[in-house]
Amino acid sequence: MTSFVDLEAKIPNNVGLKDDPVIRRALETWQPAYLEWWRDMGPSDFKQDDIYLRTAVGVGRGGWANFGHVKMPDYRWGIFLADPETEGERKIKFGDAMGQPVWMQIPGEMRARARRLIVTQADTEPASVEQQRLLGHTAPSIYDMRNLFQVNVEEGRHLWAMVYLLHKYFGSEGRDEAEELLRRRSGDPDNPRVLQAFNKPIRDWMAFFCFTTFTDRDGKYQLAALAESGFDPLARTTQFMLTEEAHHLQVGENGIARIIERTAQLMKEGVDPRKVGAMPLDLIQRYINEWSSASYDLFGGEDSSNAAEAFATSLKGRYREGDGLYKDPLALNQNYETEIFENGVEKKVQIPLRRAMNALLLEAYHADATRIVARWNRVLEQYQLSERVYLPTLRFNRQIGLYGGLWFNPQGEQISKEAFERKRTEWLPVDADYQYVKNCMIKVWDRGKFANWIAPPPVGINNQPVDFEYVKFH
Amino acid sequence: MTNFETNPDRYAHWKLTFDGAVARLAMNVQEDKPFRDGYRLKLNSYDLGVDIELCDAIERIRFEHPEVNVVVLTSENPRIFCAGANIQMLGSSSHPFKVNFCKYTNETRCSIENASAHSGIKFIAALNGTASGGGYEVAAACDEIYLVDDGNSAVSLPEVPLLGVLPGTGGLTRLVDKRKIRRDLADVFATKAEGLKAKRAKEWGLIDGYFSRSRFDEGIKKRAAELAARPKILNKTGAKGIVLTPIAPSVNADASELKYKHVTLKIDRAQRLAELTIFGPAEMPSTDPAVMRELGAEFWPFRAYREVNDALCRLRHDEETVGLVLLKTRGKIEHLLAGSRALAANRNDWFANEIILFLGRMLRRLDVTGKSFFSIIDEDSACAGSLLEVALAADRIYMKNDAGGKTQLAIGPLSTGLLPMSNGLTRLQSRFLKNPEHAESLAKSLPRMKTSEALAAGLVTFAPDELDWSDEIRLAIEERLSLSPDALTGMEASLRFGGPEAHDSKIYGRLSAWQNWIFTRPNATGKEGALVLFGQPERPKFDWRRT
Repeated sequence: MTSFVDLEAKIPNNVGLKDDPVIRRALETWQPAYLEWWRDMGPSDFKQDDIYLRTAVGVGRGGWANFGHVKMPDYRWGIFLADPETEGERKIKFGDAMGQPVWMQIPGEMRARARRLIVTQADTEPASVEQQRLLGHTAPSIYDMRNLFQVNVEEGRHLWAMVYLLHKYFGSEGRDEAEELLRRRSGDPDNPRVLQAFNKPIRDWMAFFCFTTFTDRDGKYQLAALAESGFDPLARTTQFMLTEEAHHLQVGENGIARIIERTAQLMKEGVDPRKVGAMPLDLIQRYINEWSSASYDLFGGEDSSNAAEAFATSLKGRYREGDGLYKDPLALNQNYETEIFENGVEKKVQIPLRRAMNALLLEAYHADATRIVARWNRVLEQYQLSERVYLPTLRFNRQIGLYGGLWFNPQGEQISKEAFERKRTEWLPVDADYQYVKNCMIKVWDRGKFANWIAPPPVGINNQPVDFEYVKFH
Repeated sequence: MTNFETNPDRYAHWKLTFDGAVARLAMNVQEDKPFRDGYRLKLNSYDLGVDIELCDAIERIRFEHPEVNVVVLTSENPRIFCAGANIQMLGSSSHPFKVNFCKYTNETRCSIENASAHSGIKFIAALNGTASGGGYEVAAACDEIYLVDDGNSAVSLPEVPLLGVLPGTGGLTRLVDKRKIRRDLADVFATKAEGLKAKRAKEWGLIDGYFSRSRFDEGIKKRAAELAARPKILNKTGAKGIVLTPIAPSVNADASELKYKHVTLKIDRAQRLAELTIFGPAEMPSTDPAVMRELGAEFWPFRAYREVNDALCRLRHDEETVGLVLLKTRGKIEHLLAGSRALAANRNDWFANEIILFLGRMLRRLDVTGKSFFSIIDEDSACAGSLLEVALAADRIYMKNDAGGKTQLAIGPLSTGLLPMSNGLTRLQSRFLKNPEHAESLAKSLPRMKTSEALAAGLVTFAPDELDWSDEIRLAIEERLSLSPDALTGMEASLRFGGPEAHDSKIYGRLSAWQNWIFTRPNATGKEGALVLFGQPERPKFDWRRT
């Protein structure tokens, strides 16, 4: 079954807005507020420039991407839900409602919880656009600039997707929340974004690539868990978002890989990266440590009754729940074993499995991120260098959860606070690092040219050459 | 044994600071310092230990800092004000403990309102983060509530939707009776787990105002200054506080006898009987308020009532099976009467006023204690003035009818309205609901009576003569202790509070009737009950029959 995609509508969609005048009017009322937000808080400047962007025009496999030069404010933000995987009645795959038909409306008793899940996810979408709004000015190439803006407009589209759910299924409170999403501001002390990690600015492109590698990857896992939801519209919305999210992760992973490649080239030539405004490996490592550990915290506490509730109510599943990875879709009468530290002594604890859903998701995330770091190390291998970068363990530099407030080295061994502080400048970026990176951020906007701290990509976008005019300045 | 004494140097969970007439009491709960093992005090949630400190802080503000006329109740944690009573603690506690814990916390909340009404101290709840459940309830006990408007922080009472129980510290009563929230809006609020954020909360009257995060401290400071500058109801100019010294009783090896300076508590666990004896002052008390203040915490009535108060708390929490408490007094009626007159005459002095208010709180604590009380009056008793009020709080009064007429009681001026019960009546009014003129005439004439006169005046229940005395008392004790403890608790609570309802009596009445019933229902505390399963992997299963 393939849904009808209405591309001519004021708001492109495949959810039948044409025949749903109430929701259409509500969204058309929200649309100007969104555009105003984009003008105020989206990428600063560049509104007149033509960017080579991909626009979603359908949800079918392969056929959903359409490339062309667009001015960002004219981007066709639309509402797309993935088509159902199977024909006929679908069943809920986990939790207490397992085996029941999926819900096409949110059950009343779950409305508040579902709304909170959606708002928390939705809030990160505009937040990241706000965090990144100044980066265009220091882009290391128009290729990277285009990638940044692609990420930005898609975060905007993800906001649209979530706002559709709020309008359609959550009544007046949903509409209020949709307005609040445009009112909160990243870093505003009076009106901050919901999650703390989304309130610190992304100052430089190292941070941007780390963010898209590590923080957007948290987003991927959260979306994947919601894509299992018994609430069908949420599941199908997030399934489609995942296809776009994958691109953001690519931007990050390739970005860091290219930075490492440039550094490796210089090292191979016997040039100190610091002498030529490139990124030394120890600094890259500190950025990795900072952004990965901050992203671990985004999963929430390893032992969480909220997570248990979300699973029990069949609203949020495990990663790839529906693929039969797990023996027991109820996750009852089982424990998750992990280690805690009491008075400096490591000991094993059993957490009831449902309460350990955050920990499970984080584990899957960590395995994935470990593979990414291994790929980065292959670049160093290719240059026959013995140096390697690493991913810190889940205990390192945590603010919340089982290891929050305790002190560990990146390998996960418990150490004293003093020992941590002595090593802090080795493990985490300091002001001098930020300053150094900032000084290296010099815009390079000529076609096919790249800043000295990053290697060009092996291929361009959509089979275009690397020196394609990805941004046409006006 | 539970220790109800502490002091600010030992607080683990609160920070108490003073700036002129404004005190700041900030919650900073140490997660890893629960009152007993088995749970962590996450998110500024509280247990008995946290509340003992809160109670102590409020008493110290009243007695040690008469210069204070505004208290700002807030949190040291920038993200959360208070998440209420710790659910893991409640879920793993026995029913008697839960009931006594709720009672104690309610008494602390009511003491906040008592200080506001009679000590001239206004309380501002400065909610710099979310206040849920008991967190909102403690805020509701304050005079004014301000919430940070950060798009995230909310006030909520999530007990019904999340835990299957009721807000246990007067939350529902304060919604409709104190804040006068419309009942349908209160219904929505109390079933909406996530509560309301600042703007809507203000519209509905759940808070009195809100400030943005960056303006919050300034807004609270300004409001505190305004309230601090209002006219004072008592002249406290230049007043110097007294020091609340420890009252630490000496306790024997099996904790069956606690000896305070003026009070002795004896416990016979085998018989489930306790005997609380209060010794009157050794000499004629001073009538000079300056001398009273000089004596401070050692001033007889204050010291003695603090000791009774401590003994009551320990009886409730440490001696769950004790069913009957005999209340006895020793001393001279003249001393007690003179002392009562001196307090009543100086009630516009801040210290005398605070002592009277404290005595009132102690008596109300006795009123709502779930044990039987028999007052025993014989020829050595000093049942007069404030100690007559202790007797009137008992379920029954036994007075020896001795031939020589030495056994006497006497009514003093404190019984005429200065020590109201939680229903707003004096104990005399409560006793003579059918004949209010009689209560009034007793309050006017303040008589001293022998046993036969007291019996005729309806002030005592039984008056056995010397021959029957010991046996009658023994029989009464044995009979009482044979009855169902649950039925007695319910019966006593029903009989003690005749007449009208008031704010406090509603709070205690509904706590006892509804909350304590819900606490024992499988829907809350059964294996599949909501309170037990909160935070657990399984979801509650309800018995859907409405009762």
